[in-house]
Amino acid sequence: MINTEIEQEMIKPPLPPGPLKWVKENLFSSIFNSVMTVALIPIVFYLLFSVVSWALFSADWRAVTQFPLLYTVGQYPRDQIWRVGVILSSIFLFLGISWGRWGGLLRSISLAAGLVCVVTALLPVQHPQLDQGMRLFLGSNTVMILIGYFIGRIKAVKASVIVVGWLLIPICAVVLLAGIENSELIPNVPTTLWGGLLVTFLLAAGGILLSFPLGVALAFGRRSDLPVLSGFSTIFIEVIRGVPLVTILFMFSIILALFLPVESRIDRLVRALMAVTVFSAAYSAENVRGGLQSVPLGQIEAAKALGMSNLKTTVFIVLPQALRAVLPAIAGQFISLFKDTTLVVIIGINDFLGIGRSIINSDPEFVQLRTEVYIFIALIYWIFSYLMSLASRRLETAMGISDNL
Amino acid sequence: MYRKYFPVLAIFIVLALVLTACGSTAADEPAEVVAVEEDILNRVLDRGKVVCGGRTDLAGFGMLDADGRNEGFDIDFCRAVAAAVLGDPEAVEVVPLTASDRGPVLQTAEVDILSRNVTWTSSRDAQWGNFTNVMFYDGQGFMIRKDSGIGSTDEFDGATVCVTSGTTTEQNLSDFFRQNGMEYEAVIFEETAAVYSAYEEGRCDITTSDKSQLASVRSGFANPDDHIILDITISKEPLTPAVPHGDDTWFDIVKIVSFALINAEELGVTQANVEEMKSSDNINVLRLLGEEGDWGYTDLGLAPDALAKAISAVGNYGEIYDRYMGPNGISFTLPRGPNLNWYDGGLIYAPPIK
Repeated sequence: MINTEIEQEMIKPPLPPGPLKWVKENLFSSIFNSVMTVALIPIVFYLLFSVVSWALFSADWRAVTQFPLLYTVGQYPRDQIWRVGVILSSIFLFLGISWGRWGGLLRSISLAAGLVCVVTALLPVQHPQLDQGMRLFLGSNTVMILIGYFIGRIKAVKASVIVVGWLLIPICAVVLLAGIENSELIPNVPTTLWGGLLVTFLLAAGGILLSFPLGVALAFGRRSDLPVLSGFSTIFIEVIRGVPLVTILFMFSIILALFLPVESRIDRLVRALMAVTVFSAAYSAENVRGGLQSVPLGQIEAAKALGMSNLKTTVFIVLPQALRAVLPAIAGQFISLFKDTTLVVIIGINDFLGIGRSIINSDPEFVQLRTEVYIFIALIYWIFSYLMSLASRRLETAMGISDNL
Repeated sequence: MYRKYFPVLAIFIVLALVLTACGSTAADEPAEVVAVEEDILNRVLDRGKVVCGGRTDLAGFGMLDADGRNEGFDIDFCRAVAAAVLGDPEAVEVVPLTASDRGPVLQTAEVDILSRNVTWTSSRDAQWGNFTNVMFYDGQGFMIRKDSGIGSTDEFDGATVCVTSGTTTEQNLSDFFRQNGMEYEAVIFEETAAVYSAYEEGRCDITTSDKSQLASVRSGFANPDDHIILDITISKEPLTPAVPHGDDTWFDIVKIVSFALINAEELGVTQANVEEMKSSDNINVLRLLGEEGDWGYTDLGLAPDALAKAISAVGNYGEIYDRYMGPNGISFTLPRGPNLNWYDGGLIYAPPIK
């Protein structure tokens, strides 16, 4: 009886400090800090005020607000845009399902996404690209998230099914976007018309999904006892890591086209994806190899002693521990891959940044508005990069490798 | 001991051999890589569309509208070819290209036409592909601020000049100053938009680029009248659509479409009156529209009214020009100058269609 009381007493977290106490502890804890606070507050407020008043009053956001569809899907034919809508809705559906199943950060993301949709759908402005159909579509996405949430709450829906669903989305998306030759319903849309955020996400998602397995394979290859395998992996990794991404993009985009015969020409977007994948795989391989080295030899010996095969030891003993150890590094790698996709601009692919540049240069009046356009683009990149970093931190906490525990 | 390194060594040797093999084919037999033995016209007909190397980021020449549709002077030429060959000006796929992409895509015939404000030079003609017919006479010029006190190029000595890096523009600029024994201070930017912002903010006295671009940029300034584009032209930039080497029929078709657009302006055939002109009493009009005689369509494998379709799709040369750069053009206003028809004292001239 007494014991449990003491335990409850001990477990109880300290009360969060009141606002006054927080201010006193953090801003006025010493004379020096007090002076700094008094001196800095006006500066901070002045900066904030200038930024906000510039954004609201002097900045001209025409070059951003006039072209929402260009920024999101590029030149994708407007009468086929429902295909992008279907993909977006299924992403929202699975977001909702994952929220219902796992909660946590997914809850915040779902709610934020739903909020963005509703707010955009109800924006009290006249815009040719925000017609009734578009508003209805955006509103229905909120419903999709909610439907997903209730599906996710159903215990019978297995977690593995949800994960497989997530992995299937990019594949289905590519098929749906590219279309089928001579099809009435989904005619072929050449990749030269894909653009904007759509291409940025496809390159990033494709790069991550393809480079990770390749990177794991290369890491094992480099540690292999077979000299051919380890030699090849080592050369591959070191060559790719030795040249900048720009060079690899040029290699795949121009040199490859010069060497390959005309009949076996590879699509420009696929070439870019190959370059990004190969580049990211080399870096992932080194990250994963670091993780593999951190797994104590005793673990492998213990697995062997239990009679596990080589494959089982690798899949169930070595890899989980190795990946867990290098999760932060891999997450960082993926975030930088996401940002590196902007380099495809130099091989003529209109990704999110490329569309921004096209818009700036399409109209003499917009040359003056490039600050606004670039700030908008930077903000969007920051939001998604930050989301990725937040997700990786939550994942770390969930796996028990966080610093703040 | 060293034996275990042999396989690695073997890989190196094999790799080196493969690389040398690739290298030598590229170096010794450029013809195999460059000249593409392929019938482009049949490829276009099979595909049902013309693949056109263009751009999406140059006002007036190649740009996007809010719905993502490609438009511009260069793009309209591709549409004209598509209309002539396939009967549909929308049967065009525009591949956005960077400056460094232009050569390789033509050499490998990845595009059917390169219409991306390319300057026709002798080395490009020898290396890249066949240049058809000059569609736009551009040239590098200077823009100065009215209040800068500089009246003519004689007073350029010691001026600061804003310019984009790594282009022929930069090279022409330094040639010009060296030849005239003058000094200048270059303010160099990677991005075109940055050059003009810096110029407008007053960080340099002069900016230089192709005149069409200077006109376009000036029209976007807050006070266009504060800036003057000088009459002097320091380089020749004949902007010309090009086709891959090795297919004469396709080369002829693209050339003749450009001749037709120019002849149409001369003969007064416009997008609007193309149908009624088919019963004109001018024999040259009838020849152009395929109503009289054979302008070569049987040999090229086209329909008699192919050129008429091209004109009804995009209009004649003057209409295309005015659509983007005329007095009420979509992009900006640039007096036609050398791009007037030869009738009116310009350089735009084409062989007759007959």
